[in-house]
Amino acid sequence: MRLIVPLQGVVQGRGGLILGSLIPCALFYFLQLYLKRHRSPKPQSNPPSPTTSSPKLAEMTRTSSRSNLFSRSIGQVRISSRAISIAKPNESPYYIGLDKASEDPYDRLSNPDGVIQLGLSENRLCFDLIEKWMSENLGHSITGRDNGELNINGIATYQPFDGTMELKLAMAGFMSHIMGGAVTFEPSQVVLTAGATPAIETLCFCLADQGNAFLVPTPYYPGFDRDVKFRTGVELIPVHCRSTDNFALSITALDQAFNQTRKHGTKIRGILLSNPANPVGNLLSWEMLYAILDFAREKNIHVISDEIFAGSMYGNEEFVSMAEVLDSEGFDKNRVHIVYGLSKDLSLPGFRVGVIYSFNENVLAAARKLTRFSSVSAPTQRLLVSMLSDARFIEEYIKTNKRRLQNMHALFVAGLKGLNIRCADSSAGLYCWADMSKLISSYSEKGELELWDKLLNVGKINVTPGSACHCIEPGWFRCCFTTLAEEDIPVVLERIRKAVENTTDLLNSS
Amino acid sequence: MAIEIEKPSSVRLSKVAISKTHGEDSPYFAGWKAYDENPYDEIHNQSGVIQMGLAENQVSFDLLEKYLEEHHEVSSWGKGAPGFRENALFQDYHGLKSFRQAMANFMEQIRGGKAKFDPDRIVLTAGATAANELLTFILADPGDALLVPTPYYPGFDRDLRWRTGVKIVPIHCNSSNNFQITPEALEAAYQSAESMDLKVRGVLITNPSNPLGSTIQSSVLNDILDFAVHKNIHLVSDEIYSGSTFSPSEFVSIAEILRNRNYKDAERVHIVYSLSKDLGLPGFRVGTIYSYNDDVVTTARRMSSFTLISSQTQHLLACMLSNHEFTQNYIKTNRERLNKRYDMIIQGLKKAGIECLKGNAGLFCWMNLSPLLNEPTRQGELELWNIILNQVKLNISPGSSCHCSEPGWFRVCFANMSEQTLRVALQRIHKFMEQRKVCSVNQ
Repeated sequence: MRLIVPLQGVVQGRGGLILGSLIPCALFYFLQLYLKRHRSPKPQSNPPSPTTSSPKLAEMTRTSSRSNLFSRSIGQVRISSRAISIAKPNESPYYIGLDKASEDPYDRLSNPDGVIQLGLSENRLCFDLIEKWMSENLGHSITGRDNGELNINGIATYQPFDGTMELKLAMAGFMSHIMGGAVTFEPSQVVLTAGATPAIETLCFCLADQGNAFLVPTPYYPGFDRDVKFRTGVELIPVHCRSTDNFALSITALDQAFNQTRKHGTKIRGILLSNPANPVGNLLSWEMLYAILDFAREKNIHVISDEIFAGSMYGNEEFVSMAEVLDSEGFDKNRVHIVYGLSKDLSLPGFRVGVIYSFNENVLAAARKLTRFSSVSAPTQRLLVSMLSDARFIEEYIKTNKRRLQNMHALFVAGLKGLNIRCADSSAGLYCWADMSKLISSYSEKGELELWDKLLNVGKINVTPGSACHCIEPGWFRCCFTTLAEEDIPVVLERIRKAVENTTDLLNSS
Repeated sequence: MAIEIEKPSSVRLSKVAISKTHGEDSPYFAGWKAYDENPYDEIHNQSGVIQMGLAENQVSFDLLEKYLEEHHEVSSWGKGAPGFRENALFQDYHGLKSFRQAMANFMEQIRGGKAKFDPDRIVLTAGATAANELLTFILADPGDALLVPTPYYPGFDRDLRWRTGVKIVPIHCNSSNNFQITPEALEAAYQSAESMDLKVRGVLITNPSNPLGSTIQSSVLNDILDFAVHKNIHLVSDEIYSGSTFSPSEFVSIAEILRNRNYKDAERVHIVYSLSKDLGLPGFRVGTIYSYNDDVVTTARRMSSFTLISSQTQHLLACMLSNHEFTQNYIKTNRERLNKRYDMIIQGLKKAGIECLKGNAGLFCWMNLSPLLNEPTRQGELELWNIILNQVKLNISPGSSCHCSEPGWFRVCFANMSEQTLRVALQRIHKFMEQRKVCSVNQ
């Protein structure tokens, strides 16, 4: 609009020839600039860069629809319906919070005002042990030394997609050890995958058709929504657990959910459990495991037991694997499948190492073939065979990890208690399940998300709200404490205090 | 007392689990079984089956070994392992920036700088197998179709169809024009799909071609892209053998075609690449999707959660592929050695009276044994294949497993063995051909 005035001046003879020629040139220049910025793809020799505002960075404020990818409508070539739903901006607080924390990560020295990450269940407590092992052993581990010669031949070529026998052996031994030695795992029943994420997805592909469903106790790990549903077309039916039972699963609830779902015409193919539970951190007792197996037998369905946190125990209870109950009770083993991985217990999420452990030969046969889409990288396999076979190291690691986990858990939970925030009873995991329902303005998901937002944007801590975990009671939050050092705990507590100070008498109420 | 007979488990498995789409019952894989049971060994088992059905590149291992020996630090994280922690925790599906940058550079080098790649458009997957499947999930819905020129890599039947539920409709190519893809063949395939009520979502080409061992000409690439634009469908170019062209000037990437068109219509084009063939590292599980479509990049990245590359491997390869001196030398030397092998096998086969399609890339040649068939049918081809497998003791891939419309063609791999073993294989073929000549003279 401002350009019209000088143009007027040109027309009326003021400014003269200079403006008269300058302005159209300027206009032309700006037009070109505008077109250049907004045309896609750009007319230059470099390929166009992808839009920097990716939906992954979508803000919590839902005013602007961040689906700019769609509004721009780059070419009309179509992508699949599966892809369309996946391409949508990620609205789950679970992912939004993770992004925020990784964009501005807290560092005690270099970024003390950054966001403290309590939303990612990562274990950083024992890295020093692994680093020490690496520096003492690594030279020989990757490329291998045959008679002093570096030999890449063994790991460069095509390997069995479901993992080398050496690693299966080492993994079976490790799983047994970390679960307390009460059950032996057979290497031939181990299928290695690039992380537990594809392990879950692969099992879903094997056990259910599109449109079928799995029952899953709530609250559950937000990632299951992706792992089970993204590409398989399989549904998850929540089986709600309540704080009055410390979020224990009840067979009645399972049965109800089963019947309800069946009435609606959807076939249930199995139950998906995590034991130790994520996000609550409680364990399934022997009796409960038995009851679940019995239920599965009655309905003739599968059981997937995700035991990825089996080695992250801090409580006094003993972990009981589904495999243990199967062993001694004579149930049909063909319906049981265990998922494991090294991301939690051994702190190596980047290495992508997961396990499908099944007793069903047909499932094993299919799963093995499917691992071609998600195999463990050969150098990593070799490294891990070395590490997992180092009995002395593993022994020390397990002991030290448990001790540090116990310590951290105790400190953190006590700290929260000091703020009058109680945690659910738990014995394992890298997190605690905190009840902040007293701190939310309205006892609803909306209230919970408001608190979550405040904690993230004002308090600068990222925790996972219960709604992201499909918890039926508002106000619960998962707080991972294993990414912290002891000195960080007071900082976290202080920030929580600060974030909620005007909403309620946090400190004084009982 | 009644004996309780335990009821066999009746717990149900999915259609995917019981389906035969994995294709492992086909001759392509039956040959592997024969090899597994009786593998040739230069010293310990000289009468065993020689594996010529595996497209693996073993000719340049020494270059990799030398690099690793001279650069010990890439296999670790330095003294005291300071970088280890971040690496071990790194599970971001964007992948290590340094690794993506190194891959982009490597891909550019292979194309002689004739195309540029933006690291932010690279999505990492655990192998090209996963990349192709992932793209299929993204570009097509269950029941839709992709057009694929024949003959094609047998693994596509599994990778593109098994879990995705997508169908493959062949674009028939034949020897009359050296199996080149023609606009008529493209159109015919499209019509064929339509007549079956299938929605075509894209064309998937392999360039250089597997199993033909030849590059696709520039004019043909333009035709294919025009076709994709006209039908408003996608174009996936699997360029996994791009670094295995014997002469760099003979390979034209779809990226170059796009660049020449100023990236018009680029949003429908996606390139698949991997280090399994060019760098001979299939065990490392390193694949990429390079897409010019933002939606596809975003979605592929998210889906790649199911198939991430180990951060340890990314770190190692980022170092290796950023070493310009190493990559330049590797690419050049690898090409020369593959060329030499190719010449060796072609000459050897020629001496035995066997013709091959003129090839200029890849780890295999496309051999014409149609004159030897009892009958010019698939059955005739399988009979001949059986003889070659069980009597000559060579595992080669029959054209029918590659969906070739003309019987009698076979894919023969030459880079997954030593020169000595290749000589033995050629001797066996020579002997076999001699015997057949004698037999036919006596008939």
